Amino acid sequence: MSIKIGTKTYADRIQEGIDNTFMRHAVSSAQGRFRTGRLKAAEELGDWEDWRTLGEEIRTHTMENLDYYLYQLSEQVEKRGGTVFFAETAEEANTYVQKVAEEKQARKVVKSKSMVTEEIGLNEALEKSGCEVVESDLGEWILQLDEDPPSHIVTPALHKNKSQIRETFVKKKGYTKTDDPEELAAFAREQLRQDFLEADIGVTGCNFAVAESGTVTLVTNEGNARMVSTLPDTQIAVMGMERIVPTWEELEVLVSLLTRAAVGQKLTSYITSLTGTRLENEVDGPEDFHLVIVDNGRSKILGTEFQSALHCIRCAACINVCPVYRHVGGHSYNSIYPGPIGAVLTPLLDGYEDHKELPYASSLCAACTEACPVKIPLHEHLIRHREIIVEKEQKTTKAERLAMTGFAQWASTPAAYKLSTKMAGTVLKPWTKDGSIKNGPGPMKAWTAARDFPAPAKKSFRTWFDEREKRREKDDRL
Amino acid sequence: MNVSLFITCLCDTFTPDVGKDTVQLLERCGCEVDFPAGQTCCGQPAYNSGYTTQSKQAVKQMITAFEASEYVVGPSGSCVQMVKEYPHILRDEPEWRKRAEHLAGRTYELTQFIVAVLGIDDVHSTFQGTATYHPSCHMTRLLGVKDAPRRLLENVQGLTLINLPQGEDCCGFGGTFAVKNAAISAQMVEEKSCHVTETKAEYLIGGDMGCLMNIGGRLSRNEEDVKVLHIAQVLNSQ
Ligand code: SF4
Repeated sequence: MSIKIGTKTYADRIQEGIDNTFMRHAVSSAQGRFRTGRLKAAEELGDWEDWRTLGEEIRTHTMENLDYYLYQLSEQVEKRGGTVFFAETAEEANTYVQKVAEEKQARKVVKSKSMVTEEIGLNEALEKSGCEVVESDLGEWILQLDEDPPSHIVTPALHKNKSQIRETFVKKKGYTKTDDPEELAAFAREQLRQDFLEADIGVTGCNFAVAESGTVTLVTNEGNARMVSTLPDTQIAVMGMERIVPTWEELEVLVSLLTRAAVGQKLTSYITSLTGTRLENEVDGPEDFHLVIVDNGRSKILGTEFQSALHCIRCAACINVCPVYRHVGGHSYNSIYPGPIGAVLTPLLDGYEDHKELPYASSLCAACTEACPVKIPLHEHLIRHREIIVEKEQKTTKAERLAMTGFAQWASTPAAYKLSTKMAGTVLKPWTKDGSIKNGPGPMKAWTAARDFPAPAKKSFRTWFDEREKRREKDDRL
Repeated sequence: MNVSLFITCLCDTFTPDVGKDTVQLLERCGCEVDFPAGQTCCGQPAYNSGYTTQSKQAVKQMITAFEASEYVVGPSGSCVQMVKEYPHILRDEPEWRKRAEHLAGRTYELTQFIVAVLGIDDVHSTFQGTATYHPSCHMTRLLGVKDAPRRLLENVQGLTLINLPQGEDCCGFGGTFAVKNAAISAQMVEEKSCHVTETKAEYLIGGDMGCLMNIGGRLSRNEEDVKVLHIAQVLNSQ
């Protein structure tokens, strides 16, 4: 996969999302659960706003000194026997991993959940060089069997229900039991166990890399990352270059924010820390450890007005509160990063050309900004994107540009504005019935397709006020 | 206290009664109300659509119109929030930015002004009926006005307030969003309307005409008989 997941048009994707009643129901109830969980966890922690501020400060500091911490991290990893590779592009990252696989003559690779490997299309690259790749996160495994892209960054198979999952298992793996979630999970576990034992390489993502000790930390609920990172002798961790914390102290703060914001948990079931290879006096750890640090467009964001988009800790709280996401689902965004953060990040990483509609897929209600545990002003970033799409990219329609020029003239000429408040009723009269418009002309059509539009008042407020003032003056004179 | 009314283009054109109630309400609270005739639209439709250059023309017009005002009060959280954005929009024009800061510092949403500046939380109004209140997004999340409307409404004689389920959810208005992303907006307003009717309240009260036109338009399309009122209309009712 890459960032972009398909070729359908925006309008088609949105309509498909809206028409998918099952998916919408699943998303809506998951959002409800996540929302309640997050609010409760935040309340229990107390001082949630102070925690958010602290989270923001940590992320800001880290991004402002990213070169320093990346250097420190790589020094530490190498000191602990690991190898660090900086990949400027997705291709460089994939080629490096392919090379390691070739050297190890690897036939099977097991993976734990990682968005950045989705972003760079690592699975496809490894398959091309003859490896079998097995996703071990339950959601990812289901999607892999079904050849379906993720629709959410934390719960990737959110759009599927248990009977769909059962069907996939039956078709692809000869499953014979019911759609009871316990049975489904037990089956997956059984199937995956063999894969863990056979795998030559384990690939993990990275929630946070601790610079001071060269440690890759994974936050999971299923425990699969532990299997991935302990059974195979060769370990490869792939991380976006921004996923770094200076010390364990900051790690604690960010993990506290992450688990609460993501699923409303105080702590996840597993927090796994991987530090380098097995050293001489140690009993566990891999023989070989590689850390692949991926840029893939991130350094271009540094130093711009979008820098805080790199603060994201991928908790999905913004996605879980987004009403647009609720109605159209993750696939409508046509990006492995959906929802508000996806609408901000996708054009930055993958350009405006294919994603120019995304920044407009928001009513700017700011629920995302309010939910974000590290205070990324997501809705403001969306406005900045729109500004660029209009002014730099010039990707809006001529009709819209004309309308906006007209708007500017109207709003900066009080006489014209006043005239329009007077004339509005007359102009719209042909469409007006019983004080409302049910099928309006021009841009009003889109509005009246779903709701009535009020007829303009016979007398505008300013006329009323003028008349009142005149009456008063007259009264005063009498 | 001298107050300049910032009417907002929607109230001016579509619901002048809300403006009248706002004037009377402020007068009842002891204010002297004037109306600077140079005011037009706050510029939000252009700004939120990415047409910052175009929005600046409106923004400067508004700054000029309210230059002499002591306090500026508007019956809309969203439009008032837009005024708060002016200094940011004009950040590269130092002279204008200063004037924008001056205006932003004196501009208040109606209920915010009554509670925070005038120090009043009971306007002695009477309104019979059951109502639910929609807290609009910009008013609550961006402007931070959450308690003032509720406090004033709770003190209205005869009014029974019913909680709106998932009240904090956006109604799907979003200015040009309702037209540009009409399909999504339609789903959002339908969901909001369902939550409103679920309450079985006779009235829907809100503090932003944009949201109210949106939800009201959907309710009337669905032939629901919930009546939609701006909070100024309720607070000025006696
Ligand atoms: S933008 Fe904020 S809320 Fe959204 S995923 Fe990232 S950290 Fe979480």
